Amino acid sequence: MTAAAKTKSSAVEPHAAALAQTAQKLTVSHLNFFYGMHQALYDVSLEVEANRITALIGPSGCGKSTFLRVLNRMNETVKGSRAEGSVFLDNDNIFDLDITLLRRRVGMVFQKANPFPKSIFNNVAYGLRINGLCSRWELSGAVENSLRRAALWDEVKDQLHKSAYALSGGQQQRLCIARALAVNPEVLLLDEPSSALDPIATSKIEELLFQLKRSCTIVVITHNMQQAARISDRTGFFLLGRLVEINETATMFRNPSRKETEDYITGRFG
Amino acid sequence: MNRLARRKLVSALMFGLTGICTLLTISSLFFILGYLLWHGIRSINLEFFTQLPKPPGEVGGGMANAIAGSAEIIFLATFIGMPVGFLAGVYLSEYGEDKFSFVVRYATDLLNGVPSIVIGIFAYALVVVPLGHFSILAGSVALSVIFIPIAVRTSEQFLQDVPHAFREAALALGAPKWKAIATAVVPAAFSALATGMLLAVARIAGETAPLLFTSFNNQFWSLSPNQPSASLPVMIFTYAISPYRDWHRQAWAAGLVLLALVLFINVSARLLLPRRVFK
Repeated sequence: MTAAAKTKSSAVEPHAAALAQTAQKLTVSHLNFFYGMHQALYDVSLEVEANRITALIGPSGCGKSTFLRVLNRMNETVKGSRAEGSVFLDNDNIFDLDITLLRRRVGMVFQKANPFPKSIFNNVAYGLRINGLCSRWELSGAVENSLRRAALWDEVKDQLHKSAYALSGGQQQRLCIARALAVNPEVLLLDEPSSALDPIATSKIEELLFQLKRSCTIVVITHNMQQAARISDRTGFFLLGRLVEINETATMFRNPSRKETEDYITGRFG
Repeated sequence: MNRLARRKLVSALMFGLTGICTLLTISSLFFILGYLLWHGIRSINLEFFTQLPKPPGEVGGGMANAIAGSAEIIFLATFIGMPVGFLAGVYLSEYGEDKFSFVVRYATDLLNGVPSIVIGIFAYALVVVPLGHFSILAGSVALSVIFIPIAVRTSEQFLQDVPHAFREAALALGAPKWKAIATAVVPAAFSALATGMLLAVARIAGETAPLLFTSFNNQFWSLSPNQPSASLPVMIFTYAISPYRDWHRQAWAAGLVLLALVLFINVSARLLLPRRVFK
């Protein structure tokens, strides 16, 4: 039996050898999630390691988006939704944190780029302004910094006051990442951030995520196996609302411990 | 005749019929416009805009006080109706998912259908009776009651058109809900909201019945909100049913001015409405 197989019953345990230096940023235990009467997540337990990229894969409707949106409690905007279990961000139970505070610490980027109908500058400054930062001087510094972190600065520095809609799809998505970065989140959640982009724009986003993991912890949903294999350090596989398996990405793709995972990765279903 | 030919004939007939009905619809607008222009242009002169009304029977004079009065009544009614309508629209669009908001929506639609004369009676009982006299304020209250349901439903509609993604983006950045609405949702819909308000202004500008026994009428200048005042619609009504030729002429002129005002507002509203940049 391989090392990977042994972890299947206790997927939450870190791999001591490989990850001696990593800490747990998010600790999810026995999470159940319901939309009204419908249960979307069943007893999900996993840990997200700090400063690494965790990819979540699985067929449509498997609950990975729901799971992601529990992590910053975006799902609470859905009426009649309910979570059981616990999610710890460092030492804080996210369900006890003030929701606005939590969302500043756990940022989110959506599948479809959703810049506001405002200028590029005002898009990035939005999160700072609502948090009370108003001085022009500080704002422009922070905006530049965020755009640089999102690898967009060089492309837009001369047109900060143009509408965000003047940008291409890929640039818009990086703008949304810059907007999320501006409030300095500890964790960045991305829900299929490049599914609507062409391969060049996709590779830019991927490079960007690679850069970003130095400063924050990243959880990314993807439908693209190659993408998961390329960018992530760990991969979790969801099926029918359950976390089937989570492991080091290399192990997961070369040597999955579960039949379902292997079937999905090799394209036999899903 | 074979089947195909018959089908083609029926199709052509029906197509012609839809065309005729379309023509009928727009031609009534152009007929009104043309008729009013024809009579109005010949009747209008500078005096109409600058002079007070002359006593019955005397030729000449104008409706300067009615123009100012109408402007004041409409402004005050908008001042009352716009915040109420807008905020209720925000409530329905952003918070309204329960039974209560269903009731509010239904009540708003009912209010929209209340005959305007009844709204006049309501304002009479609410403002004129306690104050003991007619006033601009009473007229404005009556018109604001007509303004509000239009403002509520257009605001709700335009806010609903704002993509959900903007709300999510703002919430995900840690904005409390009210802040997300104020800084992301409302600005995105701003020009559409302004359009809705302008359409409501255009709607109340021509209302006559609610003013008959609220702001009543006045021969003289009266800009105090506590005084009765002349207004264009009421002047048209009064002058049109009078026996004097010159008053009929002035009624035409007033009709033209009122229609020009309403058309102007409607066209500006249309121009303000943004091309959809988001979908």
